[in-house]
Amino acid sequence: MDWLTEFPAMDTDRLTALKKAIDLGFRNFTRAYGDVFETALYPVQWFMYRVEQLLTTSPWPLVILAFAVIAWLASRSWKITIGVIITLLLIGYFDMWEDTMKTVAMTVVATIMAIIFGIPIGILMGRSDRVQAVLNPILDVMQTMPSFVYLIPVVMLLGIGRVPGLIAVMVYAIPPIIRLTNLGIRLVDKDVLEAADAFGSSNWQRLKNVQMPLALPTIMAGVNQTIMMALAMVVVASMIGVQGLGLPVLKAIANQYFTLGIFNGLAIVGIAIIFDRTSQAYGKRLQKHLEVVHG
Amino acid sequence: MADQHTGIGINIRNLYKIFGANPDAYIDAVKGGMTKTELNDKHNHVLGLKDINIDMPGGGIQVVMGLSGSGKSTLIRHINRLIDPTAGEVIVGDDDVVKMNENELREFRRHKTAMVFQKFALLPHRTVLENTVYGLEIQGIPREEQEKQARRWISRVGLDGFEDNYPNQLSGGMQQRVGLARALTNDAPILLMDEAFSALDPLIRMDMQTVLLDLQKEIRKTVVFITHDLDEALRLGDRIAILRDGEVVQQGTKQEIVLRPADEYISSFVREVNRGRVISVDMVMTPLSGEPQGMPIKTGTVLEVAAKKMTDSSASFAHVTDADGKPIGALDIQEVISAMVTPVDHETVAA
Repeated sequence: MDWLTEFPAMDTDRLTALKKAIDLGFRNFTRAYGDVFETALYPVQWFMYRVEQLLTTSPWPLVILAFAVIAWLASRSWKITIGVIITLLLIGYFDMWEDTMKTVAMTVVATIMAIIFGIPIGILMGRSDRVQAVLNPILDVMQTMPSFVYLIPVVMLLGIGRVPGLIAVMVYAIPPIIRLTNLGIRLVDKDVLEAADAFGSSNWQRLKNVQMPLALPTIMAGVNQTIMMALAMVVVASMIGVQGLGLPVLKAIANQYFTLGIFNGLAIVGIAIIFDRTSQAYGKRLQKHLEVVHG
Repeated sequence: MADQHTGIGINIRNLYKIFGANPDAYIDAVKGGMTKTELNDKHNHVLGLKDINIDMPGGGIQVVMGLSGSGKSTLIRHINRLIDPTAGEVIVGDDDVVKMNENELREFRRHKTAMVFQKFALLPHRTVLENTVYGLEIQGIPREEQEKQARRWISRVGLDGFEDNYPNQLSGGMQQRVGLARALTNDAPILLMDEAFSALDPLIRMDMQTVLLDLQKEIRKTVVFITHDLDEALRLGDRIAILRDGEVVQQGTKQEIVLRPADEYISSFVREVNRGRVISVDMVMTPLSGEPQGMPIKTGTVLEVAAKKMTDSSASFAHVTDADGKPIGALDIQEVISAMVTPVDHETVAA
């Protein structure tokens, strides 16, 4: 009755052989195509590098001013704008300016890439039930797979450094924007779509004039989620050599430096709040037409 | 109604629509006489429209009336093919809409039809002006021209000063004016109105009906108007088709419907109608015998108006004249009043 108490697992030798075969296959793949990927990702690397350079080498008052202006343009709210300035001043005062800028650069680039890839994928998904049926389980895997696991193939393929970190962050952060774009497109009022059809809209006109504008608030919620997830991934990404606020946190964990950990942690919270409030306020402003209602 | 036959006519021929997973499998059975109930119970398909034949003359208002579930909204969506038929033809002008490919259909929708919807279906993120130009915008007309046309129609439907408002800042009646302006700006010969005024409260509805009738005098489009309200149908329709369970039970002018309802179902509808406002003198006049007597009354005058005129001048007799003033029939006040108050034997006609 052994098989009742002990799960009849695959034979150890065979299991080892299987794992080895997969590992070997992937290793061969990385050896064969690693360079190709690296070349293909060169523009990303360059972009990432330039953004980081821009944020870390520009004079800090200029950077704060730029952030304040962006926050103002997006939110049109003094409260949010002043909050942004104070948060950044505090971060700088506690000597975390450079690390923060590196983290911001990473988050911004990861978010931009997630938008560039995520929105078209979300649109495809919103237009086709078949694409949705295929992509949904993939997105489920991406969202539930422990984020450390992503790091392994990425590191094998690209080594350690900024770009592999960026890829890992993007893979982790892209599902919400895909899902919410899909949802937004699917929630567009059928009557309005029918009207667009009745006037002879082409598919592109339908998308541009009706589906995207009406889905935009939902898509903005997706962008917001994506930013938050990218920030959450910063510490994990620092394990593979991404610089920024994650690295001191990692050091603090290893050496039990409580204050170092909490300071850098709070800096991450600070920029998370900046991004969140600004992007939410922007999303709300996009729905301005819904505010003034006929009595 | 002299020039009623200008504009593009719509001829619907043997139109069938079956909803379900595999409509083609049952079309022959339905044509062979399978009932809606049998199709639904045994095969789980819904018979939406059955053998519809309607000729809608160009330049007139064709009303399609029916209660909910009668298939009227399905029918109007076949005219611009928002719904594909299972079988049949929809001839608009010289073209069969059913046979058009995707591009032809898009061009047809852009240039030949415009539609007004029950729930308005305005773009909520666009202002009144931006909504109104929509049809011209997607045709690629220069912006200046778009706005010129749009402003003209916005003004014509009485929305001056609201160009920059968003739809949800407007009342239902005003939103539907935008819907109407959007359709008219398209300047298509065919205007499809799907329960366009049903969501409005009664006074506003009357008001919009008046707007439409006034406009129609000048634009002379082929209007297809869907409604569940018989009073609305009689007020607007040059011709009326009554739909029940996906079949046309009767079609004709409003007077034919009121005076000779085809069956008990329609009689039950028309019993409540204010006949004096629907039936015209032409229906009750007798052939002229000898010289025309009394005052002249123009052809097409409804009984209520004729009775008022005759009693005002204490005349018992009058004669009906055609558009050129030539006498064409004689009127007796007795007959006028009896036609107004008692059903003209429609009970017996129906039997």
